[in-house]
Amino acid sequence: MAGSIVASDHFVIAGKTFQSRLIIGTGKYPSNAVMAKAHEASGADMVTVAVRRVNISDRSKESLLDYIDTSKMFLLPNTAGCYTADEAVRTARLGREAGLSNWVKLEVIGDERTLFPDNEALVEATRILVREGFVVLPYTSDDPIVCRKLEDAGAAVVMPLGAPIGSGLGIQNPNNIRIIREFSRVPVIVDAGVGTASDATFAMELGADGVLMNTAIAGAQDPVAMAESMKLAVRAGRLAYRAGRIPRKMYATASSPVEGLVGR
Amino acid sequence: MFIKSVNITLNGDPLDVPGPVSVTALLESLTIDARRVAVEYNLVILKRAAFDQTIVREGDHIEIVNFVGGG
Repeated sequence: MAGSIVASDHFVIAGKTFQSRLIIGTGKYPSNAVMAKAHEASGADMVTVAVRRVNISDRSKESLLDYIDTSKMFLLPNTAGCYTADEAVRTARLGREAGLSNWVKLEVIGDERTLFPDNEALVEATRILVREGFVVLPYTSDDPIVCRKLEDAGAAVVMPLGAPIGSGLGIQNPNNIRIIREFSRVPVIVDAGVGTASDATFAMELGADGVLMNTAIAGAQDPVAMAESMKLAVRAGRLAYRAGRIPRKMYATASSPVEGLVGR
Repeated sequence: MFIKSVNITLNGDPLDVPGPVSVTALLESLTIDARRVAVEYNLVILKRAAFDQTIVREGDHIEIVNFVGGG
């Protein structure tokens, strides 16, 4: 039975099929070599990258792309660090020219300390980029109404945060994630806040179509082992969601027969 | 051939480069792989195919970006 559930379970975004429902970052690893091993262990086939000025004065630094096999790994440029719709649109356009696709992980940050999104600017930037032919994957609050507005603006997916970026606090508002899944006609990817494997599993059990994370893997004591654990966690959560869990009950229900007990 | 020097703003900093030169030549002189960067020329993002024909002149503002690690 598991075979049929697995076999029919494609992860499709804007017509493109991915093998893995885990999307991971390329930042903050101890080294590029560790990152490459973690990518391999994660089974992910999409990674996020940031767009930044080339270091002109010091050309000795190795290039990130020397450690990513772009024939296997889909590159998703982000607009991290942008605080206005204009900045995000400009960065998205640069990412498109530097990269190989018209996809963007859209971030418009509203506050430095929490890195919570400025949803108003996010919707505006989504509208502009969709008009320019971008496939937009917006990082957003765990707010079902904002997610609906993003979808109406043409977003290919919605990516509500589980908790603040890099916090590792886990899914803070599970009911909202569940409602966002119920409301959305596009894939829902929980982006940010995962701390450990059970957080990723929980996100998937709530019905998320995918999970995006960076720090949980890159910041772990053993990033390669954590990457593999996240691969299994996302898969476990997805299978559990599709298998259909039992309803919660307030009292016990015996698993063994109540008839035929010796001595009664 | 006599090559003059032009002063441009590159990634926010002033820089003297031999020129006028094409964007392709500028990237080469900076040992930057053109296939891995995007170039913004006076706020207009260039297609890679336009690197050869676009000439960097005195006072131009150039941004050269690439991918770095991020989440």
